Formats: sequence, structure tokens, C-alpha cells
Amino acid sequence: MCCIYCKENNCLIFIEMKNIDMDGSVARSFSLFLLRIFIGWHLLFEGLIKVMDPSWTAHGFLKGSKWIFSDFFLMIANNSALLGIVDLLNQWGLVLIGLALFIGVFTRIAAISGVVLLMLYYVCMPPFMGLDYASTTEGSYMIVNKNLIEVAALLILSLFSAGEHFGLDLLRRRRTGKLAF
Amino acid sequence: MMKFKDFDRRTLLKGMASFPVLGLFGYEFFRRELSDQKEPVDILKELGIDQKMDFSGDLKKNSAQLIRLGIIGAGTRGKTLLFRTGFAPKERIKGMNAEQMEAWMDYADLNVVVTGVCDVFDDRAEMALDAAGHSVKAVSGEKNLPKAKRYRDYRDLLASDDIDAVIIATPDHHHVQMTIDAINAGKHVYCEKAPTRTEAEAYHLYEAIKDTKLVYQLGHQIRHNPIYPYAAKLVNQGVLGAVNLVEVTTNRNTSSGAWVRHVNRDGSPKPGDLKSIDWNRWLGDRPEVPFSTDRYYNWTKYWDYANGLLGQLFSHEYDAVNGILDLGIPHSCMCSGGIYYFDDGREIPDLMHAVFEYPDKGMSLVYSATLANSRNRGRVIMGRDASMEIGGSIEITADGNSERYKDVLDNKLIDSSKPFVTAGGQRDVDGVSSATEKYYIDRGLTEVKVNGKSQDVTHLHLREWLDVIRNGGKVSCGLNNAFDEAITIQMAKKSYTEGRRVTWDPVSRKIV
Repeated sequence: MCCIYCKENNCLIFIEMKNIDMDGSVARSFSLFLLRIFIGWHLLFEGLIKVMDPSWTAHGFLKGSKWIFSDFFLMIANNSALLGIVDLLNQWGLVLIGLALFIGVFTRIAAISGVVLLMLYYVCMPPFMGLDYASTTEGSYMIVNKNLIEVAALLILSLFSAGEHFGLDLLRRRRTGKLAF
Repeated sequence: MMKFKDFDRRTLLKGMASFPVLGLFGYEFFRRELSDQKEPVDILKELGIDQKMDFSGDLKKNSAQLIRLGIIGAGTRGKTLLFRTGFAPKERIKGMNAEQMEAWMDYADLNVVVTGVCDVFDDRAEMALDAAGHSVKAVSGEKNLPKAKRYRDYRDLLASDDIDAVIIATPDHHHVQMTIDAINAGKHVYCEKAPTRTEAEAYHLYEAIKDTKLVYQLGHQIRHNPIYPYAAKLVNQGVLGAVNLVEVTTNRNTSSGAWVRHVNRDGSPKPGDLKSIDWNRWLGDRPEVPFSTDRYYNWTKYWDYANGLLGQLFSHEYDAVNGILDLGIPHSCMCSGGIYYFDDGREIPDLMHAVFEYPDKGMSLVYSATLANSRNRGRVIMGRDASMEIGGSIEITADGNSERYKDVLDNKLIDSSKPFVTAGGQRDVDGVSSATEKYYIDRGLTEVKVNGKSQDVTHLHLREWLDVIRNGGKVSCGLNNAFDEAITIQMAKKSYTEGRRVTWDPVSRKIV
């Protein structure tokens, strides 16, 4: 075992002992790192393809809303000014959250924003029995769908200081000595 | 302040552990963007296909001269034609949102007024008068507009000298006589399909107006869906190879789609009785029968007034394909069918199938229709090298055994299970659209989106008619198209009613 303060140390993979709210082990850190960059990868991709496609809009998705919040989502879909804002928030929200998770800065804020965004997708079109959608969405397994799984994973990232495991939040922590947010 | 030396190199490297993965992401994303953008263009180029699709010509042409319109027949279709030339009842204007209003006000440059309205049904005549008074011109504040007058007899409307052109949207049994009378009275004509009800009427119409300088346009709006001229261009470039089979269909499964329209959706009767409808005028020269809302609203069910599936729906299918392949009159036709589903006293079949032969072109046209199933069977043009499905959009798929596409298929540049050319598209069908409305959208007959802008094809078709009246030129669905279509429909009808194969004699110009 070694830590950042023993300068003599020259092991290749650094293992952090102190000031992290969990016991570190290479395997644990590495698995958190993987979870973080994979979700970052996914959200960054989803955001970028929407930014790159000038005709993209959330209109169709919002219009397809079912369940108790559908009035709210339909209201957005039918209001072109509001829809424009929602489109923009969605596109750049995904890009920024994805990028933040990817490189591990402001990881906690990014993860919690991701939870909010994904929960909005979830309640817009929850995969409940009896709600029939125009197109079958891949990755729905009754009640639980991929969005919900990703929400749970983001909660873990936000609670386990994931940005400090091979992420730039580690640098911020070194500077301030406080838990990165 | 953060200082770099606060960290050792290892911490920095550790913090940036994800950067190589981010690099990989960027590289992959870049490759994906490149392949998304380039591939379809390259394939089209490789195949030597012209990729351009335009709206036909400049839409906004000189319209300085005011055209005064009369409308004969202000039912459902007549109301739409009025709306698409810039006339809407007050209530409808109130119900429009900003976007619809803007699109409608865009019709201002048509520079038309409605000065005459003729309908045998008081309710409809009043609706048309209401619309005539609430035009795009009136809404934009123009004063001293001429008021529309109601006529009970269409001949009085035609005799009026404050009308330059008429729109005819009556049931089919009036089309030919009204068209001929209008041309004789010196009025330009936009007449709804079907062009004629009988074979004799087809010759009569042709002979009566073939030499006129006035403009006759048949109401086949699909001619102005830009994907159809584009499809014609592609077919002429040999994209499909030699066309050998064309399959067109009608697939509906609602009572409204089968012309049961005398009741509202909730089952209550629609308005109209002998007090408000001039029944004798409605019948015209047709056999005298007692008034019924069934005959009034559902005239398509009876041979006395129309040709059922052939006149109402096959006519669209024929015209769509005629615009692409320049079919003309077939050599022969076999048609069969029956009344298998609707036990409501109708005379016209609810299932019908017709095969038209074009030996000179080496191809057959097959029409198959049912009013009791709505599975979308599309509209497909099949050639040796590829098939084109065309409705509200175009999809061209290579034939797996094509010679022409052998190389690109072998090189996996295209795939015979996926279209390699797609074009066009229409607005999303929302929950409010009825099944019948969706049917028209799917078949390219309503709205079209080109370069992000929605255009109503009926409006474009009317616009062309008005433009030709003012500036000369040719309409896209004139008398020759109307005659060819009328004869084609009559061949199928004759074959069905006589239970035999009929042929067209091009020398004597008769169906035999």
C-alpha cells in the first residue's frame, strides 16, 4: 500500500488511503472509474448526436408521453418557444453531464443532474404495463428500464466521490482538501 | 490559487486517466459523423443518379390581375378547396393557431375573390358565403371587396359576368355537363376528379373542350407533391431498370372510408332534408328517387352518381403512376370484385381488383382494393433492377438479382434489404387525425415537407391553375390526362359490370 504523500513511492497504479469516504482498493477504484466513464461515454454520445443533427427535437418524444405527467410534457411539445429551450437544455445538458462524468470534474453535480434528466425521461414514458407507446422502446423490462438502471448507477457515482478515482476531481480535492462536489 | 507544483506528476496523470478513452471516443465519433454524411451521397454518385429534388419552378408568379372565382359544390371537398385558395368560415379562422394562420395568410398573393357560390344545400351555401366574406384579403384589412352572391342554379352562376373562373366540387354525375357549360360560358375550370362518370361522357368532354383557350385543370393535387416529378426523373434515369409491374392499392377499414357518411361519429344523423336541399337539382338528369341522406352524403355507393372505388380512389392511384410513367390508356383490362362486406344497399363493390396491360411498355398495372382491411400495402413500381415504393415519401430498394447493381451489392455499398434512396416525408400523424385522413397522408395527397417547409399540395395545384390562367403555359393535369384517366376507369368498370376482358381500340377510339 502506498499513498500520494510518500514521494518515494513509485508504484504504477496509485492507491489512495486517506480522505476518501471509502476504503480504497485498486479494484474498487477501477470499477468506479469504469462505471463513470462508460456512463459519461453514453451521455456524451447522446448529447453530441443531438447537437450535430440540426433537425433534432424532443417534440416527438414529448408528444408520446403517457402516464400522469403527460399533460405537462404535451404542454411543452405544443409550445414552440418552450420546446426550443427544452431542446437546447437537453442537448447541451447531455453533452456537459457526459463530459463531466467522462473526465471526472464536478462529478457529483453532473451525476445528480443526470439523475434528474433521466428521471424526466423515465416519468415521461414509464415502461408500465398498460401504457402502449407508438414505438416499442428497446431496453424496457417492465417498470425497470435502462434509464432507471442508469439512474441507480449515477446515484452510486454521486455518493462515492467517483470523480476522485482516476478523475480530475482528485486534483481539486488535493487543492482544497475538501470533498469534491 | 491552484499551483501545478501542488501536485506531483503521478496525481496529475492519475486524474487524467480517462483522457485516452475520451480520445478514443472522439476518434470514433468523428469516424461515425464522416460515414453518416458521406455514404449515401457517394452511393448515389457512384450509380450516376441525379440527387436533386426541387419544387417545380417559382411559386410566386405575377398575379397582378384579380381573378374572380365561383364555386359550384361546397361540400367537404369544396370547403377544402376554398380554404386552400384563402377563404375560411369565421369560426375556422378563430380556431387557427399562429403557425396555421401564418401559412394561410401566405396565400395572399393568389389575388382572388369569390363572387359566386352555388350549392343545392342551404347549410353549405351559407358556409361558402361565410368563407367568401372571410378571405385572406379581408383578414389583412383590404376594403371594398366584392360580396359573393348565392346562386341556386349553376347556369345562373355561369351566366354572371363578374366571374372569371369556377371550381367544381360536386358529386361526379355533374362534372362533365358543368365543365362543358362553364367553358361555353367563357369560364376557366378547376374540376375535381373523377373527370367523368361514363364512357360516353369522356368522349363528350374531350370533343367539347379540346379546342378551348380556357384553362381546364383536373383536381389531382398529387402532381404537386415534388417527390412525384422526382420519382419520374429517377425512373427516366433508369434507376429501376425496365419497369414490368406496378402495384397500386386501396386499404381502408372504416365506415367513413367506405363512404358511410350520413351519420356523425356519435351515430346522430347529419343535417339535411327536403326543406334545405333542392333534391331535384341535386339529381340533375339522374333517375328520380326519393330523397335520402344516404344518397345525398354517400353518393359514391351508387353507379348513378359515381364509380365507387374506381372513380374516387383508383383515380388517385392511376394519376400518381401516370405522372411518373406516362402510362396513357392501357391495351386491355380485367376487373373483378364484389360486395362482400357492406350490407347497406350499395351498388359499388367493396372489394375490387383490376389488371391493366401495357404490352407496348412491357408492363402491367395491378390495382387491388379492400374497404374492410387497412393494412398498408403501399404503391410499388417494380423494375428489373430495383423497386420504388412511393406514397408520402420515396423508398428505392435494389433487387438482389439486379445486373446493374451487382457490383455495388457485392461490395456491400448497398443492401437489397434496405432502401438506398429515400426522399420526401410528411408531417407526423397526430392522435387527432382520423384513419381516413391518415390514408390520404400516407398516399402523398395532403401535405408535403420540402427543405423543412410544409406545403399543402392542393394549394399548389390550385395555384398552378390560377397562374396558367394569368400567364399562360400548361397545367399539370389537363384534358389529355383527364381523358386517359376517364377511359382507364371506364375500362375497369365495363370489365367488372360485363364480367369480361375489355380492350381499347386506338383507331376507332372506343372500348371494345
